Amino acid sequence: MSKATGTRTIKVDALARVEGEGALHVRVKGGRITDLKFRIYEPPRFFEALLRGRMFGDAPDITARICGICPLAYMMGASQAMEDALGVEVTGPLRDLRRIAYCGEWIESHVLHAAMLHAPDFLGLDDALLIARENPALVEKALQLKKLGNDILDVIGGRAVHPVNLKVGGFYKAPDRQRLTALRDRLDWAMGASEDLARAFAGFDFPALEVDYACVSLRHPDEYAICEGRIVSNRGDDLALEDFLDHYHEEHVAHSNALHGVGPEGRYLVGPLARYNNNFGQLSDRAKALAADCGLGPMVINPFKSILVRMVETLYACEEAARLIDAHERPVEPAVRVTPGPGTGHGCTEAPRGICFHRYTLDDEGRIVQAVIVPPTAQNQKQIEDDLRRVVEANLDLDTEALTWRCEQTIRNYDPCISCATHFLKLSVERE
Amino acid sequence: MAVKRPKLAVWKFSSCDGCQLSLLDCEDELLAVAEAVEIAYFLEATRAEVRGPYDISLVEGSISTPHDAERIHKVRRKSKSLITIGACATAGGIQALRNFHDVNDFVRAVYAHPEYISTLAKSTPIQDHVQVDFELHGCPIDKFQLLEVLNAFLNGRKPNIPRHSQCVECKLAGTVCVMVARGEPCLGPVTQAGCGNLCPSNDRPCYGCFGPKEMPNTGSLADWSARRLGQDARQVRHLFRAFTAYAEPFRKESEAHE
Repeated sequence: MSKATGTRTIKVDALARVEGEGALHVRVKGGRITDLKFRIYEPPRFFEALLRGRMFGDAPDITARICGICPLAYMMGASQAMEDALGVEVTGPLRDLRRIAYCGEWIESHVLHAAMLHAPDFLGLDDALLIARENPALVEKALQLKKLGNDILDVIGGRAVHPVNLKVGGFYKAPDRQRLTALRDRLDWAMGASEDLARAFAGFDFPALEVDYACVSLRHPDEYAICEGRIVSNRGDDLALEDFLDHYHEEHVAHSNALHGVGPEGRYLVGPLARYNNNFGQLSDRAKALAADCGLGPMVINPFKSILVRMVETLYACEEAARLIDAHERPVEPAVRVTPGPGTGHGCTEAPRGICFHRYTLDDEGRIVQAVIVPPTAQNQKQIEDDLRRVVEANLDLDTEALTWRCEQTIRNYDPCISCATHFLKLSVERE
Repeated sequence: MAVKRPKLAVWKFSSCDGCQLSLLDCEDELLAVAEAVEIAYFLEATRAEVRGPYDISLVEGSISTPHDAERIHKVRRKSKSLITIGACATAGGIQALRNFHDVNDFVRAVYAHPEYISTLAKSTPIQDHVQVDFELHGCPIDKFQLLEVLNAFLNGRKPNIPRHSQCVECKLAGTVCVMVARGEPCLGPVTQAGCGNLCPSNDRPCYGCFGPKEMPNTGSLADWSARRLGQDARQVRHLFRAFTAYAEPFRKESEAHE
């Protein structure tokens, strides 16, 4: 702190334990915040521009490269948007296989974040390897659970990072039945492991913070929404995908290479807390019981408790994958036939960190003329800055080092995928 | 601990984070790796930072901004061995598709305020900027190949990474040729092996994410695709223009079909 001016600066030039490159700058003067910026400096990669002129079928593989942690969110959103544009419906065992694969991505991503990236904050440790020194069994359990998520992606998608077996209309090849059954046997263990981790994390001290969030998520009439549904909010929105961009838009601000999502009332929240708060009733009984054990009610408004909600969702994803594998019958064809043509289509799925929205317009040959992608972290940016403001104001008594760490932890509550957030921007229509 | 462990650093440039994630995806090996080396700088995994110099630096991502073009020299100066991992670092990545267009058109088309954006005209591989000691291909890299390369560097030997084509993998595995059997253009003949024979064994043609093999005959493959499989110039161009589009053999071949 500068004694002369009473000004204090909190600066994190390169955030750790997040995916991508972000920085934080806060200036406080006389007990008031005069400047606060969560800055994303990840280089722009112009995905929406790169897609112009490519065939519709190229979109899943190209957009997967937006994010190595949640490639499936992009592959599935792009595939569904193309299917919507071309009048194709993917149902039955193919739909189930997609949901199983998505459960794999939730398990892999949630456990990576909760155990490896987020938990160390609550223990005052720099990383999970230090947790392993104190409690190797816990870290070993988390690694094996994460591995199962990756193995689900491997069995259905061919590999965990940037799977190769998914396409518009379904799959290139139907997954091997025996390998699916082998996963099933490990899922029973995984349910117990998810509960063990959740209970271990429930013992952490959670900083006090409660926020009246505008929670935005998918909702499906028959299931806890993962791969499809309408976009709803706890403020009463209930939108078909094609209406989303009429109510939610993005702003370009000077300090960030990612656009900021803006809803009807400004900032809004997507991700595990938003899903849980909007769709709690659709969780399994076992997941609800685990939530109660961890001290969570049907509404969670302390963002630091997102680590617990991630583990409740991990349990649910394990149960759901097991249920779907039990009921699975090998599809007659690995994919629905798709005929190229013109159209506009929308797709949206619940990436581990929140809704990931796609819209594409195709020309007569089925080539992309316009692409709009709205990733979760861009939508959360305004909310992250708002949380940070509250945390700084409430904790001015902490020394700068402790306050800086608390701010980092606040950002990590969102499991921000900065690599994703950077590339998404509005694009004017232009033909190659 | 009596023996000083070699220091490992992991650096990120323009990328999706998937290649450095491969290290965290070594679930069975991670704790052993952390014993063999000191993880001295790895932002995705730890907020601890140990000062350089580093014995081994793994570099993910391509150079696409003026800031990164300077930063990579600092990383090189601090690193005894510098290993690039993945298609972005070794070939410029999918974001190098901009290299075939005017980047200003992209910026103007995409951003409401182009003046806020700082970017270079081209996305380029690390070896265009600094000397690189080893390049590990893949989009993403294969985690077992990564462990092999780390093991080799720690023990002062040459990494055992094949440079032959994907076709060899198919033949060894007995996978039916998608080009012969299904008449679909496949980059297998010109792409380096290493993915584990993924796409052809999933009934789809190889899309080249491991980049060009040594001395690929791209002209012959383009000719086959055009004459025998009926692909037009744009289809041939797009075949070579994907995740490793700016690797020289693929770049030249795609430009031949402009």
